[in-house]
Amino acid sequence: MKKKKNKKRSQFGEVWHRLKKNKIAVASLIILILIFLTSALAPVLAPYNYDQEDFNASFAKPSKEHLLGTDRLGRDILSRLLYGSQQSLKIGIYSTAFAAVAGILLGALAGYYGGRIDNLIMRFLDIYQGIPMFLLCVTLAAVLGPSLRNAIIAIAISSVPGYARMMRASILTVGEMEYIEAARAINATDKRIILKHIIPNAISPLIVMITMSMGSSVLAGAGMSFIGLGVQAPIPEWGAMISDARSFLRGHGELALYPGICVIITVLAFNLLGDGLRDALDPRLKN
Amino acid sequence: MSALLDVRNLKKYFKTGGGMLHAVDDITFTLEAGKTIGVVGESGCGKTTLGRTVLHLLEPTDGQVFFDGEDITSPTKEELKKIRENMQIIFQDPYSSLDPRMSVSESISEPLVIQNKMTKAEIQEETMSLMETVGLAERFENSYPHELDGGRRQRIGIARALALKPKFIVCDEPVSALDVSIQAQVINLMLDLQEERGLAYMFVTHDLSVVKYISDDIMVMYLGQMVEKAPANELFSQPLHPYSKALLSAIPLPDIDKKAKRIIMQGEITSPINPKPGCRFMSRCRFACEACKEPQKLEEASANHFVACCRYKEI
Amino acid sequence: MSENILEIRDLVVEYHTDDEVIHAVNNVRLSVKKGETIGLVGETGAGKTTIARSILRILPVPPAKVIGGEIFFEGQDIMKISEAEMRKIRGNRISMIFQDPMTALNPIETVGFQIREAILLHNKIKKVDAQERACKMLEMVGIPMDRYNEYPHQFSGGMKQRVVIAMALACNPELLLADEPTTALDVTIQAQVLDMMKDLKERLGTSVILITHDLGVVADSCDSVAVIYAGEIVEYGTAVHIFKTPTHPYTVGLFNSLPRLDSTERRLKPIKGLMPDPTNLPKGCKFCDRCPHATEKCSTSVPEVVEVTPGHLVKCFLSEVK
Repeated sequence: MKKKKNKKRSQFGEVWHRLKKNKIAVASLIILILIFLTSALAPVLAPYNYDQEDFNASFAKPSKEHLLGTDRLGRDILSRLLYGSQQSLKIGIYSTAFAAVAGILLGALAGYYGGRIDNLIMRFLDIYQGIPMFLLCVTLAAVLGPSLRNAIIAIAISSVPGYARMMRASILTVGEMEYIEAARAINATDKRIILKHIIPNAISPLIVMITMSMGSSVLAGAGMSFIGLGVQAPIPEWGAMISDARSFLRGHGELALYPGICVIITVLAFNLLGDGLRDALDPRLKN
Repeated sequence: MSALLDVRNLKKYFKTGGGMLHAVDDITFTLEAGKTIGVVGESGCGKTTLGRTVLHLLEPTDGQVFFDGEDITSPTKEELKKIRENMQIIFQDPYSSLDPRMSVSESISEPLVIQNKMTKAEIQEETMSLMETVGLAERFENSYPHELDGGRRQRIGIARALALKPKFIVCDEPVSALDVSIQAQVINLMLDLQEERGLAYMFVTHDLSVVKYISDDIMVMYLGQMVEKAPANELFSQPLHPYSKALLSAIPLPDIDKKAKRIIMQGEITSPINPKPGCRFMSRCRFACEACKEPQKLEEASANHFVACCRYKEI
Repeated sequence: MSENILEIRDLVVEYHTDDEVIHAVNNVRLSVKKGETIGLVGETGAGKTTIARSILRILPVPPAKVIGGEIFFEGQDIMKISEAEMRKIRGNRISMIFQDPMTALNPIETVGFQIREAILLHNKIKKVDAQERACKMLEMVGIPMDRYNEYPHQFSGGMKQRVVIAMALACNPELLLADEPTTALDVTIQAQVLDMMKDLKERLGTSVILITHDLGVVADSCDSVAVIYAGEIVEYGTAVHIFKTPTHPYTVGLFNSLPRLDSTERRLKPIKGLMPDPTNLPKGCKFCDRCPHATEKCSTSVPEVVEVTPGHLVKCFLSEVK
């Protein structure tokens, strides 16, 4: 009698089923996968090393040897874009991961325990948010010294409050639901309530937020590198490449254009995927 | 014979910006095994809070609760665990009282998993038998609550409440969210279960026709206080408190011959925040007099029929 | 017999989602006489609200789709007129009261202002005159004029529903659609609101379509009743017909499901089973799966509407035989 008559579709399966219907989100997902793949396979795909200079081919036009041409030092643009994506994605992923973990933890503490702990955490974050984000990044990078790692730390720290706030709000909403009380009525411990009931139900908006802020982190990373506080030469990074191209905008605008397009596509794809996830994760929009 | 549940002078106050909200104020009643007490009243009268406080889901402000002769007013963690195995609750809203991310069998087996006394296979077996008891087909085992209708969801809620084999269940408006034809199915199920398992119910509702049908005794609450308590039939045939009279007359009957003469209440509802000591219904009562400004005592008008009104004999 | 103010003919409404079609309203015919209160009774998802929304043309499109049918209001087919013309009718000659008074009022405007705006929207009169009329409306629903400048949160639930009713009646509509107007209220407050609505109806001669699931409310307020099941009217008649001689098995089942105050039986007699899935309705009679009298014929062919006694219509094979 142990036949499963009803096919069980996991939560993930449900979300995927709904996400599949959103063509733009699926396209974004595919683009992101492609970006990740090309970045991971950069050493294989790139025709040249990113710092391989060829002074004879300075500012070369696109050709068979250099598909997208070369820069002032004769470095292959395509190779630099491919390697650059590694740095940009690193900033996006690491800073988001760090910020999300710290923010979710703080928000969960504040939301579940409430009272004094809540007050302490939230007031601290209030003060902290009084400092403009970009200024904070710049200051941190300036103090710690410009490098990829410090740019990641700076961006992560500045986006912690957002996660904390959203997690707290989400937990407060879920905490008021009757099924939390129902769990208490059957002797569930605090730990079980948090892990089994609150987090699975409160996490949806955070998944969306994480996806979207990957995009903005990539952008912030590019911004930091642009002003010279992020990745240092000769390691390529999209923001840094735009920065390098600044001086030649008039004659060789395409040097700024290529990395710019890369940044735009990546950020856009993250945002559109986030949008799609928001719809897919909302069980009210079922059907 | 001592009562299964003995509630004495139970009080639950909430602190609000404007002062103390007297949600449950000095409620005393007893309930015997296998019987049902109905608690009726309008929204905000404290009937839901009463149920939660009896179950210790809310900490009582004052008063005592005895269960099976034991004082369970301020239990230790271990005692609380035992209380919860004997006393359960069925919630009003089958939509919000089930975790949307748990399947039917996960929801029903959760109390057993937490209790941690059975093996996995035993739990699985018990879950299946619970599903059968409440009339849920086996094929719903892996469905999620949002895929089911209100009646089936409420059956999940009932199965969950039954899982630990309690002796007493607080039913907080268990059928108000359901359609009439489904409501009747669920009420019949609850009556069957009561007979089979000797359950005692505390049936909290605003629906007077349902409560008459299912209860042995009925308690009428008004702004946190019990204004009348009587055997079900007697309350409906001879309500004594002016509020009970108005409440009963207001029920629209599905019958075009019996157009009841309604008692329409005038006046504003007294605030339950820092109420004055007198009768709380006074502001809407046609018979209010000077004596009503004094605290009203609960009097036994006839056998097992209590009323808290100083003028009940005259009106 | 007075003439009909509203006539619905063969209304069909569907909701189209990505992968299914919900048959919400199926061939509904209904007429409302002048000054009459008609009750639409049915369970959740029976299509009551969809019918009301179709009359006002406020269905959410998409997913809703009116597949066919005509709705005549005072002889004019309101399915065919332009949106601009419809706007002149909506809220002016036909108005609607929603179930939840808490969300029907704008929390940041005073109640008086909201009623005045409703009047000004449809009448070219001076502000002071509109204000005067708004005051009168409030008095009429039993709210003292001096509460004109108060905000919705300062009113209790029953009072708010009165304000909503005052607003709906402010333009002297000929037809009022009341969608579960008292479901969110306590019994004692419900009694007050029902009494007030009856009183107003008598004074203003408004026709009312009262949507409810509560047969008690219907018995209390309605002249005639349409019982709706799975998007179809299965029984229609005067209140006397429905309450004295319920004929369709569904109507009978509904009455048996009710816990009666005067009964001493220990068990209710519920209708077995559940409402059919509106995306996949039975081919024959929609009720056949749950009907205690169902025969082979019921599951294959759709019964015709039969007039069992004048004015009492039943959609069931059992009545055809008689």
